[in-house]
Amino acid sequence: MNEDMVIEAKDLTKNYGKAVAVDHITFTVGRGEIFGLLGPNGAGKTTTILMLLGLTEISAGEVSVLGFNPAREPLSVKRRVGYMPDTVGFYDQLTAADNLRYTARLIGFKKAEREKRIADAIDRVGLAESADNRVGTFSRGMRQRLGLAEILMKGAQIAILDEPTSGLDPHATAELLSIIRGFKAEGVSVLLSSHLLDRVQSVCDRVALFSGGRIALMGSVAELGREVLGGGYVVDIEADGAGLAERLALIPGVSAVERTGIGKLRLHADRDVRPEAAVEVVAMQGRLKYLGVQEPSLDAIYTRYFETRPDEGMTTREGSRHAA
Amino acid sequence: MRREGSAFQGLGVVMLKELSDHLTSVRMRVLEWLVVLVALAALYGAIQQIKETTAEDPFLFLRLFTTSREPLPSFVAFISFLVPIMAIGLGFDAVNSEYNRRTLSRILAQPIYRDALLFGKFLAGLVTLAISLISLWLLVVGLGLLLIGIPPGAEEIGRSFLFLLVTIIYSGVWLALAILFSIIFRSAATAALVALGLWLFITFIWPVLAGAVAQIVAPPDPRYIALGLQTPATAMAEQILARLSPSTLFAETVVALLDPTTRSLGPIYLSQMQGAVLGAPLPIGESILIAWPQTVGMVASAILLFVVGYVIFQRQEVRA
Repeated sequence: MNEDMVIEAKDLTKNYGKAVAVDHITFTVGRGEIFGLLGPNGAGKTTTILMLLGLTEISAGEVSVLGFNPAREPLSVKRRVGYMPDTVGFYDQLTAADNLRYTARLIGFKKAEREKRIADAIDRVGLAESADNRVGTFSRGMRQRLGLAEILMKGAQIAILDEPTSGLDPHATAELLSIIRGFKAEGVSVLLSSHLLDRVQSVCDRVALFSGGRIALMGSVAELGREVLGGGYVVDIEADGAGLAERLALIPGVSAVERTGIGKLRLHADRDVRPEAAVEVVAMQGRLKYLGVQEPSLDAIYTRYFETRPDEGMTTREGSRHAA
Repeated sequence: MRREGSAFQGLGVVMLKELSDHLTSVRMRVLEWLVVLVALAALYGAIQQIKETTAEDPFLFLRLFTTSREPLPSFVAFISFLVPIMAIGLGFDAVNSEYNRRTLSRILAQPIYRDALLFGKFLAGLVTLAISLISLWLLVVGLGLLLIGIPPGAEEIGRSFLFLLVTIIYSGVWLALAILFSIIFRSAATAALVALGLWLFITFIWPVLAGAVAQIVAPPDPRYIALGLQTPATAMAEQILARLSPSTLFAETVVALLDPTTRSLGPIYLSQMQGAVLGAPLPIGESILIAWPQTVGMVASAILLFVVGYVIFQRQEVRA
């Protein structure tokens, strides 16, 4: 196996009777990478995750997590992988620290190490003040953070997060995403699933778009944007200077120039023309106030992809019913 | 294909956590008080009754458990009534509560097998029941000593201790049943209702029904009816059917253990009674032999119910 790959799935398939929940998916997650499984509810994301953890049987295909086969060596996999399920639950009558103590005992940490790890983890997710409160009093965002604390406490090499941001307000989402970025900084690989495309777009290195149990698209957001949205770059410029639009239109690769406001121009090009545009503005002694290239949005990619392939859009809905 | 590692990894951790949950729960507090109060009432009745009898009885101490005074039933009757309720009360939400709190997938993502979780929960319930029953037993023995004033003999202590063991086994049967329902039904309320319903059926309706079914399976012989006797085949059928219920098994075991004069738990032929001194007590070893099949039957049904639950639990999907 490749040393740099922590998860390798090949033709992974899961059938429930005749219904196919996950249909021959192949993907890899590299060390220290944040990989997003994105798609509508019931597209097979959670089933895929459960197969990676050995919590549900694999119907066909192969999967290797850190070199272990989750079906045959589930304990080795589960010792090294942290998992936060969709709407994670804790024992409400126990305190946050006690909940983690239970998990730590299940993992088998010795007492001194246990206490240190728990204190560190709770501190890192910002729950230090609530550590001795019963989880019953926690808000949803706090529970999600406690779920991340559990993964930190475990010292996992891979964090698998199922819908980590669902049901959270924007502030809590931002906090959670920053903790997830912290995982990456420590070299922990992250596999996260979500149906909220725009929220996770900012953290994922690569994404796989699920549809009807299959991976429809896979790659970095920029790559997907080029592939699906037609490879066009959109560069916005805010600058003054007479005749600027005409000069910019002469830059090789620029197909159209559009006036979007007073002193605002939008260039459509087949490559990133920011350097040339800047040169032109400066050459005209214009004052450059803004120059930026539009990042493709996952939402746009997703919508466009299924607009152009209505058949697959249908299977998405079909699949969601089966896998739900 | 062999699984990696031990199926019991984490068993002790799960058991201790569940045990502490049980012992600190309000539910347990209520059940304990119920048992203690009811036991005291039964004991009081028994002691009043014993004080009134002047006849010499070599097993006076055991009478504490079996004597009743109207309108209260005996201690044993109370126990056989309350133990299933306690066990169901402890087990009916064992597994489905983990689903409903959404803790199951998080716990199973730790390096343990499902075996440890289920077995840990069963053991914790059994230990909780054993603790309550042992304290209850000590309470009864102590109060009996104080109130009757006659120290029990070694055999009496031995017999009442065996009664305690059998009661714990009996509670295990109901605990396994309750946990089975907690696996089958996602809703804890449904599981509790079905378990209680089955308990009512098995304990109160089945003994009556067994008689009726036996009449159909083995119709009584008119010649026996003419003599005013029960047809042996019908009696046997009725007993076999009745013994399908763990309540019957428990009642028979208790009779054999606490009443040393019990010589048989079923119909016997006159030829088998030849040379027997009627009313003479049997040694404890003989009583154990009489109660042995019933005890084994209870252990077997507890294991069977647990295994059925285990198999279903292994095949269940983790996600809620």
